[in-house]
Amino acid sequence: MEKIGKIFGINGPVIYIKGVTDFNMGEMVYVSDEKLVGEVIALTKEMTTIQVYEETSGLKPGDYVYGTNSAIFVTLAPGIINNIFDGIERPLSKIAENAGIYISRGVSVSSLDNTKLWDVHVTVKEGAYVLPGTIIAEVQETKSIMHKSMVPPNTEGEVIKVVGDGQYTIDDEIVVIKLTDGTERTLTLTQKWPIRVPRPTSKRFASEMPLVTGQRILDTLFPIAKGGTACVPGGFGTGKTMTQHQIAKWSDADIIVYIGCGERGNEMTQVLEDFSKLVDPKTGNMLMDRTTLIANTSNMPVAAREASIYTGITLAEYYRDMGYHVAIMADSTSRWAEALRELSGRLEEMPAEEGFPAYLASKLSAFYERAGYFRNLNGTDGSVSIIGAVSPQGGDFSEPVTQNTKRFVRCFWGLDKSLAYARHFPAIHWLTSYSEYLGDLANWYNENVGPDFVSCRNKILAILNQESSLIEIVNLIGSDVLPDDQKLTLEIARVIRLGFLQQNAFHKEDTCVPLVKQLKMMEIILYLQDKCKILINMGMPVSVLKNQSIFEKIISIKYDVPNNKLEMLDDYKNMIDEFYNEIIKINA
Amino acid sequence: MAVSYLRLSEINGPLVALEGIKNATFDEIVEFKVEGINGKERKIGRIIEIYEDKAVIQVFEGTENMSLNNTHTKLTGSPLEIALSEEILGRTFNGIGQPTDNMGPIISDLKRDVNGKPLNPVTREYPRNYIRTGISAIDGLATLIRGQKLPIFSGNGIPHDKLAAQIVKQASLCDDTNEELVVVFAAMGVKYDVAEFFKKTFEESQVLDHVVMFLNLANDPVVERLITPKVALTVAEYLAFDLGKQVLVILTDMTSFAEAMREVSSSKGEIPSRKGYPGYLYSELATIYERAGIVKNSKGSVTQIPILSMPNDDITHPIPDLTGYITEGQIVLDRNIHGQNIYPPINVLPSLSRLMKDGIGEGYTRDDHQDVANQLFSAYAKVGEARALASVIGEDELSDTDKLYLKFGQAFENSFVGQKDYENRTIETTLNLGWKLLHILPKEELDRIDTKILEKYYDATADIEISTEE
Repeated sequence: MEKIGKIFGINGPVIYIKGVTDFNMGEMVYVSDEKLVGEVIALTKEMTTIQVYEETSGLKPGDYVYGTNSAIFVTLAPGIINNIFDGIERPLSKIAENAGIYISRGVSVSSLDNTKLWDVHVTVKEGAYVLPGTIIAEVQETKSIMHKSMVPPNTEGEVIKVVGDGQYTIDDEIVVIKLTDGTERTLTLTQKWPIRVPRPTSKRFASEMPLVTGQRILDTLFPIAKGGTACVPGGFGTGKTMTQHQIAKWSDADIIVYIGCGERGNEMTQVLEDFSKLVDPKTGNMLMDRTTLIANTSNMPVAAREASIYTGITLAEYYRDMGYHVAIMADSTSRWAEALRELSGRLEEMPAEEGFPAYLASKLSAFYERAGYFRNLNGTDGSVSIIGAVSPQGGDFSEPVTQNTKRFVRCFWGLDKSLAYARHFPAIHWLTSYSEYLGDLANWYNENVGPDFVSCRNKILAILNQESSLIEIVNLIGSDVLPDDQKLTLEIARVIRLGFLQQNAFHKEDTCVPLVKQLKMMEIILYLQDKCKILINMGMPVSVLKNQSIFEKIISIKYDVPNNKLEMLDDYKNMIDEFYNEIIKINA
Repeated sequence: MAVSYLRLSEINGPLVALEGIKNATFDEIVEFKVEGINGKERKIGRIIEIYEDKAVIQVFEGTENMSLNNTHTKLTGSPLEIALSEEILGRTFNGIGQPTDNMGPIISDLKRDVNGKPLNPVTREYPRNYIRTGISAIDGLATLIRGQKLPIFSGNGIPHDKLAAQIVKQASLCDDTNEELVVVFAAMGVKYDVAEFFKKTFEESQVLDHVVMFLNLANDPVVERLITPKVALTVAEYLAFDLGKQVLVILTDMTSFAEAMREVSSSKGEIPSRKGYPGYLYSELATIYERAGIVKNSKGSVTQIPILSMPNDDITHPIPDLTGYITEGQIVLDRNIHGQNIYPPINVLPSLSRLMKDGIGEGYTRDDHQDVANQLFSAYAKVGEARALASVIGEDELSDTDKLYLKFGQAFENSFVGQKDYENRTIETTLNLGWKLLHILPKEELDRIDTKILEKYYDATADIEISTEE
C-alpha cells in the first residue's frame, strides 16, 4: 500500500505533515507532484518532519508526500568513476542534458547510465556457493579501474544460473542464486546501499602503510596512513583546496572520491577540466579515470549538502570492498556542519556552541570512523582514507568544528595565514601540525625508503623548532648579536623552509616528489649543516660561509634535479665538500 | 479572479501574519492595498513561512501605515519576477526592480524568477581570461579574471567607491575585441551621495547607456535590500547568457544586505548563530556570489565586484569572513595605508585572486608574471618583519639586507601600489615596475623566481624607463 501524507507547513527546506503517519525515520519520500526528493528526519504523534533536498518555493499546504519504503540510498554499479554527481547521486551531466545550464528541480534521472552496455566477464560458475561480498563479475570500468561486482551484504546461496561473458547493462540478469530459505534471487551488476549505514567488513587492521602524496611536508613531516584520517583547517586563502587538489592528483590511492560540499562551482569545474587532462603517474591514464566527483556547491540546496558527505563515503566503501585503496577529499566539512546547524535551527532544536547542534561531535566521529584499513567480506584488503578540509570562522581554530574534528582525526595539517600572506605554500605550519601515524609508519619507511628516513625527519623538525625559539630572540634584539652556531641554525632552517618545505604546485618537477628524492634532499641539507658546524667550530663566521652560493644551490635542488634523474643528487655532497675545502683554503 | 483577503492577524517588524488563506504557495509574492493614516498605498511582500492556512509574509516596503484592519492582501501565484529585454540597458530601478526614471515599465514577455537557479558545475567554463583594470596592485598581484567574483573589503571612510569607479572606467578585456563591458550596479542601503557619485561617474565616462542601476538607498525600506542583489543578478545573467555580453556587476554594500537579513531573522524569532546573524547567512551569501561565471556555449560572462565595509575594520567579522570563503579571492583596503595618503590603499598581503594562476603567464599576460608576483609578495612580507624589528632595535641597528628591505617597502608602497586615480597602466608597465623595484634588493634574495626567468629579465630590466605619473 502506498503511504501518503499531506503537507501542513513549510519553512525553508523543512516541511511538516500533521498527525500520525506511516513513514519511517530516515525514509526517502517524494514531495508534491514535482517529486522533489526528501527524507524523514523526525516523527512525533503530532508532526512528521521532512527535509527536502531541493528548492521548496512553490510548494503549498495540502500537496501530497509519497513514501518509498526505502532509506536514502545510492546506486552502486559500473559508471561511478569518471562521473560527476550532486549530493544525492544524480549525474550532473545528465541533468544538464535535460535542464540546460541551470539545475532545475524535480529532474528525474537515474543515477547511473542504465542503457550503456558493459563488457562483462562472469567470475562464478553454476553450483558454486557464494557468500556476501563474493565477486560475481568483472567489468573494465575505465582504463585504470577494474570494477568488481559483488554479492550484496546479507545475501548468500547457491548459484543456479549464470549468463555467459558478453555485453550487458547494469540492470541485466547476471547470476541467479538460491538463497538459504529456498527462494531464488537475481543478481545484476547493480546494488543499492543506504548512505547513512557503513558497509560491513570482516576485520579492521592498524594502519601501517602511508598514503604517499608526493608533497614533502606531508610525506616527510606529517604523514597520513592508508585508512587514516586527516584534517586541513585554515582561513580563506590559505590553500585548503589547493592541498586537497594536490593530494587528489598525486597520492598513490587507487581511487579518489572528491566531495565538493558547499564550495565554489568554479572549483569543481576546475577539477573536472584539470583531471581530464592530467596523467596519473602510476597508471599513465587520465586522472579522471580514477576519480569520481560529488558536487554540491554552496548555492545548491542545503539539505543535499548534508547528504553529500554520506553519499561520498558510501561510494568509497563500495570500491574498498573490491580491494581498492580509496581516498576521500571532503571540501569542506565546515559547510556540512553549517548545513546541520541550519537544519537544526529550522527544527528549533536547542543549540550548543555557536548555534551548532549538540550532536555535531557524534556526527563528526561517526563520519571519520568510517575510514580505516579493512579486510573485506570477500577476503580482499582495502582502505578508505579521509582528508577533510575545515573552514574555521575567522581562521580561529578554537571554534567547535575544528575542535571536535581534532578529537577524531589523527593527522592535523594546520594552515597558517602569515605563511600564506608571504606566499609560502603549502602554508602548513610545522609547529602547529602533527601526525600520530609516524610511529606506526616508521617500519614501512625503514624498509621501503631508507633506514635513515625517520631520523632525518626528526632532525629536520628539531632544527625548525630551534629556529622558532631563536626567532623570538631575533625579534627582540636583532640577528647580529647571536653566536655563530645559532646563526647557522637560522641559515639551515632557511634552507629547509625555502628548499624543502616550500613546494611549487605549478612547477613540473616540484609538484610531486618521490620519497627517495625527499630523503636525499634531507640528507644533503643535514650534510651541509654538519660541514658548516665543523667550519664554525674552527672559528669561521657565518657571513663567510654565506658568501658561497652553495646555500642557494641547495635551495633550488627542487627545481634543478628532475625526478627522473635522481643520480644528479649525488653530486651535491661533492659540491659541499668542495665548498668546505674552498673555505678552509681561503681562510686558513 | 483572484481572491483578496481583508485584515491581518499579526504585525511584527517587517513581518505580517495572515490567517484563513487558501492555495498560498511557499515563496510566492503577495500584493497589499493599504488605506492607513498616511493615505492609500500599495506594497508587496513574500511568503516566507506557511502553516496550513496561516502564512508569514515579509513586507518589502516595511509595515508602516499598516494595521490589522486596513489591509487587503492578494495572492499573485508566482515568485517575484522581473521583465527582461535589451531595453533595460541605461535604465534605473528601485531595490525591487520597479523603474524610478519615469520612462515607464519594461514591456516584455520574458519574465524570470529573481531567485535564480544554481548553475550546473558541468555547464560552467573555468574562467581564464583576465580583465585589465589599469591598477598595478590588482593587475599585477590579484588579477581580475572574467567570470570571477572578487570582493573589495573596506571600511567606512576608505575610498572603496573611488576604486570601484576607477575599475569601471578603466576595465578593458584583454584580447582585442571591440566588446564593451556592460555594468549592472546594485546599491543596497548606501548613502545618497554614494549613489550620486556613481551616477556622475557613469555619466562622465559616457557609459550610462551601458549601465543598469538598482538603487536602494539608506532611507529606503530595509527589507527591499534583501531582494536588490537578486534582481540585479537576474538582469546580469540575462545580459550575459542570453545576449552574450560581458557583464560587470558592482554590489555595494553587502554589509547592509547582511544586516537586513539579521533584522528579518530576529523578527521571525530564529535561533541566531554568530553575532546574531542567522545560521543560513553563508547559504544566502553563496546564492548571490555564486551567480557569477561563464557557461559553455555562451559568449557572455558575469563578473562580480561586491563591496563590503568591514564593521570596525575586522576581517574576522562574519560578513567578510563568510564572503571570503565563497568568493574567489578578495581585495583588502587598509586604513593605515590610506592614512599615508596612498591611493588606492590596497593591502596586498591579504589580497588574493584565486583564479589568477590560470589567467596569467605566457599566452595571457607575460611569462614572468607569476614569479614576479610571488617575489613581490614574499619581499613585501619581509618588509613587515624588518619594520617590526626596526621599531624595537632602531633602524640603524638593522642588517644591511634589512635596510634594503625597508627601502624596497617604501618604494613599493609609493610607486607600485600608489597611483593616480585616472592612471591606467598597462600590464607591461606594471610588471616592469615590479622588476625595477626588485632591483633594490640583492639578487640572491630573489628566491621565488625561476632561474631561467631571472636570467631572461633581471639584466634586461635593470635600467628600464617606466612612464608612471608620480
